Amino acid sequence: MRLIRELGESMTESLAGLGSVVRFLLRLVAASPRAMLRLDLISQQIYNAGALSLVIIMLSGLFVGMVLGLQGFQLLQRFGSEEALGTAATIGLVKELGPVVTALLFAGRAGTALASELGLMRATDQLSAMEMMAVDPIRRVVVPRFLGGVIAMPLLAAIFSVIGIYGAQLVGVQIMGVDAGSFWSQMRAAVGLRDINEGIVKSCIFGVTCSLIAVYEGYYATPTAEGVGRATTRTVVTSAVFILFLDYLITAAFL
Amino acid sequence: MGYAVNGNRPVFTGLDMDIPRGRITAVMGPSGTGKTTLLRLITGQVRADSGSVMVAGEELRGMRRAALYVLRRRMGMLFQNGALLTDLSVFENVAFPLREHTDLPERLIRQLVLTKLQAVGLRGAAELMPAELSGGMSRRVALARAIVMDPEILIYDEPFVGLDPISLGVILRLIRRLNDALGITSIVVSHDVQEISTVADVVFLLSGGKVVARGTPQELQSFPSEIVRQFIGGLADGPVPFHFPAPDYFGELLAREDA
Repeated sequence: MRLIRELGESMTESLAGLGSVVRFLLRLVAASPRAMLRLDLISQQIYNAGALSLVIIMLSGLFVGMVLGLQGFQLLQRFGSEEALGTAATIGLVKELGPVVTALLFAGRAGTALASELGLMRATDQLSAMEMMAVDPIRRVVVPRFLGGVIAMPLLAAIFSVIGIYGAQLVGVQIMGVDAGSFWSQMRAAVGLRDINEGIVKSCIFGVTCSLIAVYEGYYATPTAEGVGRATTRTVVTSAVFILFLDYLITAAFL
Repeated sequence: MGYAVNGNRPVFTGLDMDIPRGRITAVMGPSGTGKTTLLRLITGQVRADSGSVMVAGEELRGMRRAALYVLRRRMGMLFQNGALLTDLSVFENVAFPLREHTDLPERLIRQLVLTKLQAVGLRGAAELMPAELSGGMSRRVALARAIVMDPEILIYDEPFVGLDPISLGVILRLIRRLNDALGITSIVVSHDVQEISTVADVVFLLSGGKVVARGTPQELQSFPSEIVRQFIGGLADGPVPFHFPAPDYFGELLAREDA
């Protein structure tokens, strides 16, 4: 009986939390049209979330692509079809690894930065000060950061995939000796717009998810050092779980 | 007016105050009496559960967010730690409300900001970042920001905490000078009895969710109330007990560990 009650309470709590996030998202959407007039604030946040994440994204993309090239070559060689390496690596990167790994890295770098920045602004009364100056912090601070993340994430995923394909080519063609013509021509023949669309849809949805979780956790962080730390941790953990869960749903939807 | 945190932990029960226009009003009281909560009620950051909170002739209970923001443009608030926006310079912090609420040309914004910074003695620090300022300087910049829109009401939350004697003297002088020069209604929340006595016109002493004394600083010195005497005299024990409620001391010391 106690177990059922605790289960019920836990479910109610989770639903209330989800409702609170959805309500927060609606507030962001409602405030977005006016916030979009401040392009300077949004471009600053695209720089913070996007440009400052470029190095980690490019390095990770290169290594993931190189590993994919190596593993793919070993596997395809068994069936005598190593020329298909370009196709295999590109589909793997564009549809799956690009959006997912980028989103995980994005949550770890940009998401935590967003959550801790907003949490510290809350803890040091900066958000209250804005309210007192009759400036809506949601419109002035949260929405530009949210939109910056939403715009930056698909761009980062695209860069990750491109660098990853280059990494696979580097290992497959330059080191393992796969024919360059076969690598590129098979890739161009086999990878269609639908594959690229799947990657774009995934990265857009992950961008909204990661940015929303980060700004929500930061904005509602308990205004203490411990509270900000917990908000930052929750941002990474919740984002990771949602990215993988949504990845499955979107993949299933595109089948 | 009555207010309870989350609706179940009462902070004010029947609080009755009228803050005179154009004067410096001090709100004092022991820690935990809800002084900062009172400021949050006056500024509409939290809403009263019962009664009425009138600011500049407007009722705050039930006021819509847009109307509250319009009212807040007539208020300025100095937070305990200054609450400067850490990613903006001193100049940009003071210019912030002007940039958000007006379409003034840059030249005019510059003049207004420099005038306010001059008033608090920090025109020379305009290009510094908040991290480069001392506590007293941060509060003076925050004060310049609070007055840049020429508010009718200026609210100070514990403005003297952690200041050295020089900064404290500067802030005290600024409170008096701004009030007299601009005709602002000032509300100062503090528990620094000596400091506030030198600058306040009226003092309210809060305790137990109510006003226990009201008068000039001189009147409060001889107020016939034990709690006022304890607070003004800084006595460790009295109506506000030294000890937090606890079980019997010896009983707890001698109690068996497994009990």
